[in-house]
Amino acid sequence: MASTDQLTSRVDASGKPHKRAELYGPANIPWVYWVLGFILLLMPVVASNFVLFQIFGWAFILGMVALSLMFLGGYGGMVSLVQMSVAGLAAYMVAVFGHSGVVQISLGWPWWLTVPVALAIATLFGTITGALAVRTAGIYTIMITLAIATAFFYFVRQNYGVFNGFNGFNQVLPPQLFGVDWRQPVPIYYLTLFFATLAYFVVIYVARTPFGLALQGVRDNPRRMAALGFNVTAHRIAAYAFASFIAAVAGVLLVWLNAQISPGTVAVGPAIDILVIAVIGGIRHPIGPFIGALIFVVLRTFALDVLVLVGIPGERFQLLVGLAFLAIVFWSPDGILGLWPRFRDRMRAASSLTAERDRRL
Amino acid sequence: MRSFINRQPIWSLIIFIVLAFFVWAIFAAWPPGFEDVFGKKKVFLNAFFNGITLGALYFLVASGFTLIFGLMKNVNLAHGSLYMLGGYIGYGVAVTTGWWLLSFVVAFIVVGLLGIVLQVVVFRRMEGEDLRQTLVTIGISIVLADLMLWIWGGNFYQILAPEWLSGPVKLPLVTALKSNGEAVYLTYPIVRLVIFLGAVVVGVLMWLALNRTRVGMLIRAGVDDRDMLSATGVRIQRVFVLVFAFGAGLAGIAGVVGGTFQSMAPGEDTRFLLASLVVVIVGGMGSIPGAAVGALIIGLAEQFGSVYFPTYAVVLTFLIMVVVLAFRPQGLFGRTR
Repeated sequence: MASTDQLTSRVDASGKPHKRAELYGPANIPWVYWVLGFILLLMPVVASNFVLFQIFGWAFILGMVALSLMFLGGYGGMVSLVQMSVAGLAAYMVAVFGHSGVVQISLGWPWWLTVPVALAIATLFGTITGALAVRTAGIYTIMITLAIATAFFYFVRQNYGVFNGFNGFNQVLPPQLFGVDWRQPVPIYYLTLFFATLAYFVVIYVARTPFGLALQGVRDNPRRMAALGFNVTAHRIAAYAFASFIAAVAGVLLVWLNAQISPGTVAVGPAIDILVIAVIGGIRHPIGPFIGALIFVVLRTFALDVLVLVGIPGERFQLLVGLAFLAIVFWSPDGILGLWPRFRDRMRAASSLTAERDRRL
Repeated sequence: MRSFINRQPIWSLIIFIVLAFFVWAIFAAWPPGFEDVFGKKKVFLNAFFNGITLGALYFLVASGFTLIFGLMKNVNLAHGSLYMLGGYIGYGVAVTTGWWLLSFVVAFIVVGLLGIVLQVVVFRRMEGEDLRQTLVTIGISIVLADLMLWIWGGNFYQILAPEWLSGPVKLPLVTALKSNGEAVYLTYPIVRLVIFLGAVVVGVLMWLALNRTRVGMLIRAGVDDRDMLSATGVRIQRVFVLVFAFGAGLAGIAGVVGGTFQSMAPGEDTRFLLASLVVVIVGGMGSIPGAAVGALIIGLAEQFGSVYFPTYAVVLTFLIMVVVLAFRPQGLFGRTR
């Protein structure tokens, strides 16, 4: 399994390996980041409000939730389906402690108190889930987290005292900070962009810290890491805590974007959608989930029109997504991101005799 | 059995007391004070019978799942879709031919064939790659669910049981005493009892096939050590295909059963996939007795939960799972490897 640095440099598309000291400093930021950052920052100039709000807003948020799954899956080797529930819990907590249309439940705390409390509760929930899930490994983790996500869904649907049951909460609005209505398309675009970018770089940073490297060691060989004196369980639980925090931040943004939260948001379908997003994009690098989320949201928004255009009823959106997902996991386990190196290897194989050896490396 | 009692005296005692309480509560006429606490005995008995018949259904679904997992380490998350497909096919056959029993045969064969296709096309190509298998089966289940929604729509379908199985039957269990001292007996739909007996027969046959036949011996050997078995010259891929077909076929049969005593509708696939996940996690992965006990526990918990604390009945089953995981991560009948 390749180390992260190799992978990042691959995606950076700068063929030569970096030295560590060179990584920091504006001159050494790969040109891809400049271009991408430029496009994203100037997007509101060209894009319509619908695109900013419904496509990019959603893509950034779902991308963050999928990013938390990618962190666990890609660096920790633990595929958790509970990330959407963590995000959903954070969203619910914002509604419960802050303001919402359901005045008999919402406590009406100010946002600067609500948000940290919501983040803390959701992170705690994710960590406890993680502590339970790390008792098992591999395939069991998927099943257990799936079961916990389902239990959470049924619980919020049945609980009327705190979660307001089937109806959930509506009119959960972001605070009017600095005189800006954050639910307008352009402000929420920049808000979600900011946090998505932040989460992206934090994940990249954490993956290179001693903790992140140890986590990748645990992924590749837990027994050897344990023999070296690392506490394998603690590293895994800490990974869950970190990933849950990212998912919780995404959850807060989700409830502000959506202005409502109901059990449908945390059902089994959305929980699996997050996995689909992460896998479609690619689970080896943090940019993957965002690519996957963008594809997913675009598909979800426009599949109807496209399907109708080719003469298939528009409700077959799930079929399209399912087939795309199936094709990707069948032929390219690394998602869209995996296609490029594979293509490059094939080109190289055609031109060089040592290609077979290169690919092995 | 005896060694378990010797090793775990306290747990044995607790299990024994719980069982004794259930036996007493089922057969005895309840004293008046008891009914104030637990409600009517009729409700209790109905919940009990619904619980064990639901458990029988869960067993049919989960035993195929656990068999496949135990032998091949394949987590087939499309198992719920196989269940639902079996139900729809069974409905189609039962409506067109009018033969209820035929629908079982057809569902078994068709879904079993699909299982063979899955094994040959999907699982054989990615042997040992757990995560990829899981992802692919999730993809398959999404696609199958949408295809079934396309073909059969969002309606509810119920397979009607034949004449000779419809209607209630009077069981020799007292539910209450009338004021004149006459006993009132429990009546219960006969089709459910037949289904329960059918599941028990399937379970016993499976146990016999696994423990008394040559193929069963191969399967058990494969569960213990797959590589060594194939090294002895057994064509293990054939055993795999056989087991996968059988497990998938069982899911198809379970679909017909489920369509008969509940109904088929979109979403049932996820429900039964989760039920079988919980059942095999509680019972222990790859163990048929574990699947039976797990299915019974989950079925009973679901039904008693829906009677005695209706709001959180669904959560109760997951709570059981969490408790089992916390104290016995390999499941009640699972083995640590």
